[in-house]
Amino acid sequence: MLKFPKIISIAFGLTLCATPALAEKLNLGREATKAEIKAWDIDVRPDGQGLPEGKGTVEKGEQIFAEQCAACHGDFGEGVDRWPVLAGGLGTIKSEDPVKTVGSYWPYASTVFDYIYRAMPFGNAQSLKPDEVYAVTAYILYLNEIVAEDFELSKNNFASIKMPNEKNFFADPRPDTPTMKKKKPCMKNCKKEVKITKRARVINVTPEEDKEAASKE
Amino acid sequence: MTNELKKPELSRRALLKSAAAGGVTLAASATGAKALEKETKENPITTKQDWNQVLGDGVDANPYGSPSEYEKNVIRRSVPWLTASPESSINFTPLHELDGIITPNGLCFERHHAGIAEVDPAEHRLMINGLVDKPLVFTMEDIMRFPRTNKIYFLECAANSGMEWRGAQLNGCQFTHGMIHCVNYTGVLLKDILAEAGLKTNAKWLMPEGADASGMNRSVPIEKALKDCMVAFKMNGEALRPEQGYPLRLVIPGWEGNMWVKWLRRIEVGDMPWHAREETSKYTDLMENGKARRFTWEMDCKSIITNPSPQAPITHGKGHTVLTGLAWSGRGTVDRVDITLDGGKNWQKARIDGPSLDKALHRFYFEFEWDGRPLLLQSRAIDSTGYVQPTKDELREVRGTNSIYHNNGIQTWHVNAKGEAENVEVS
Repeated sequence: MLKFPKIISIAFGLTLCATPALAEKLNLGREATKAEIKAWDIDVRPDGQGLPEGKGTVEKGEQIFAEQCAACHGDFGEGVDRWPVLAGGLGTIKSEDPVKTVGSYWPYASTVFDYIYRAMPFGNAQSLKPDEVYAVTAYILYLNEIVAEDFELSKNNFASIKMPNEKNFFADPRPDTPTMKKKKPCMKNCKKEVKITKRARVINVTPEEDKEAASKE
Repeated sequence: MTNELKKPELSRRALLKSAAAGGVTLAASATGAKALEKETKENPITTKQDWNQVLGDGVDANPYGSPSEYEKNVIRRSVPWLTASPESSINFTPLHELDGIITPNGLCFERHHAGIAEVDPAEHRLMINGLVDKPLVFTMEDIMRFPRTNKIYFLECAANSGMEWRGAQLNGCQFTHGMIHCVNYTGVLLKDILAEAGLKTNAKWLMPEGADASGMNRSVPIEKALKDCMVAFKMNGEALRPEQGYPLRLVIPGWEGNMWVKWLRRIEVGDMPWHAREETSKYTDLMENGKARRFTWEMDCKSIITNPSPQAPITHGKGHTVLTGLAWSGRGTVDRVDITLDGGKNWQKARIDGPSLDKALHRFYFEFEWDGRPLLLQSRAIDSTGYVQPTKDELREVRGTNSIYHNNGIQTWHVNAKGEAENVEVS
């Protein structure tokens, strides 16, 4: 009878070893080389960490922007069709039709650099050299009246750029509607009268299946 | 029983079309279907069908199977006016055509920022760098040698129902609520991969990054990464679909879909967030006073009646009716779903059927006798933390109408005497 607990504990020990809780390393993968990390690690943070060596002027940025960006974003960042508007929009953020641009909304200039460097131009990503990304970023900041016309953006002065809307971002306060603790939902006789106040059919913007099918045929 | 009568040319679409044109509506009366069955020469029982007599295709006709041709209407759909280009756009899961809690792989909604990357798995690598003891590179084969886990999770885009902030706009749950899917993921725990590289003591944030031409990047707090995040390579048993990030994607249970980086190729470990474009310019929630919430990761508890709904009207007339829908919460399981047929005057509990899993879709049913009078249908979900799905007006009161994201308000469908449904809002 005394043997029993021992057997159980041994069996239990073996089970522990077989579970996914990893006490020891599995020696999977290999060490990344410096060249590999340099090739992929291109991200940039608000404090400037990750910025490559380089610099670029507003003037140079205007040239590159006209060639590489204006087809979608417009010569002055005003946006063509439904492509993103990059400049303007100041004073609209509290309005019924907020225009969220780099100047009116974006909290950090580093986001502009990081995004252009990794994802732009659309369809030809990561084709711009660091100096070109500095220049285009400088031009977009200039369009938003954040830097002057003769400004040269560089790794050294990047962290000094402050964005006007930075202070307006705050942490997630949800849940922001009543939970069960505060108010149990009503089940019976909750309203006297119910009226339809809004209708989708009035707006009529839903894609029609017949049209869709016809266009494919 | 109307399903049996369906000929390819007599699809739901045709029914809808004739109803819309004010023509003869088969759906209009409860006896319509039965009468038709008597009158037609092609009674499905007394008439022999082709498939009763002749041989069908052999086993190799379709090595990778696809749905019946009678299901050709069950597809993802987009709303072209929403976005500037199809490569940076979204389409929607046809929720009204599905049942249970699992979304078939080919119907999971898609959201890309630079099109679908066609990645060769042999050339794919996952790099872990930054604040780690040893930066590592893994091949797909390496990743599959970690202990595997299987989990069913929903993935919802934070912009789901975002077009409805100012009022009822799109007519169909596919369009109002279809930026969601729920599949069984097979993969490995992110914490095991991170442990292999060894986190430094000041490791507080991760930045997952995609291999596509948008290089999608987001900031993820380390607590969440170590709690339940996965790196997945299979969905519903088979390899991830290219549009879902083949060969590797991040799974962040209960949190907004944009963070579930597809074509995952790198995770950088850092001590502060990156404030990438998708967590500043996008995926921040603008309030009426001009201030904006950031890092609104969790998906709140939400539900939707999928049938009846504008794309799936009641076609059988009055009598016994099955109402069904989906509920979910990024904070846990769904405890309860309430249904109203009268726009919120009176509520009754729906029946949750099938698995009730953490951060997964829940299927609910509500069976009732429809007397043919117009209905104002709503569902209200309550999750395991006591969170109650709010009305759209309750949300607007706190947030205004400019936040775009995280609209989990109660949806109303108006069903008229013909059984047709419309997206409306009520007082």
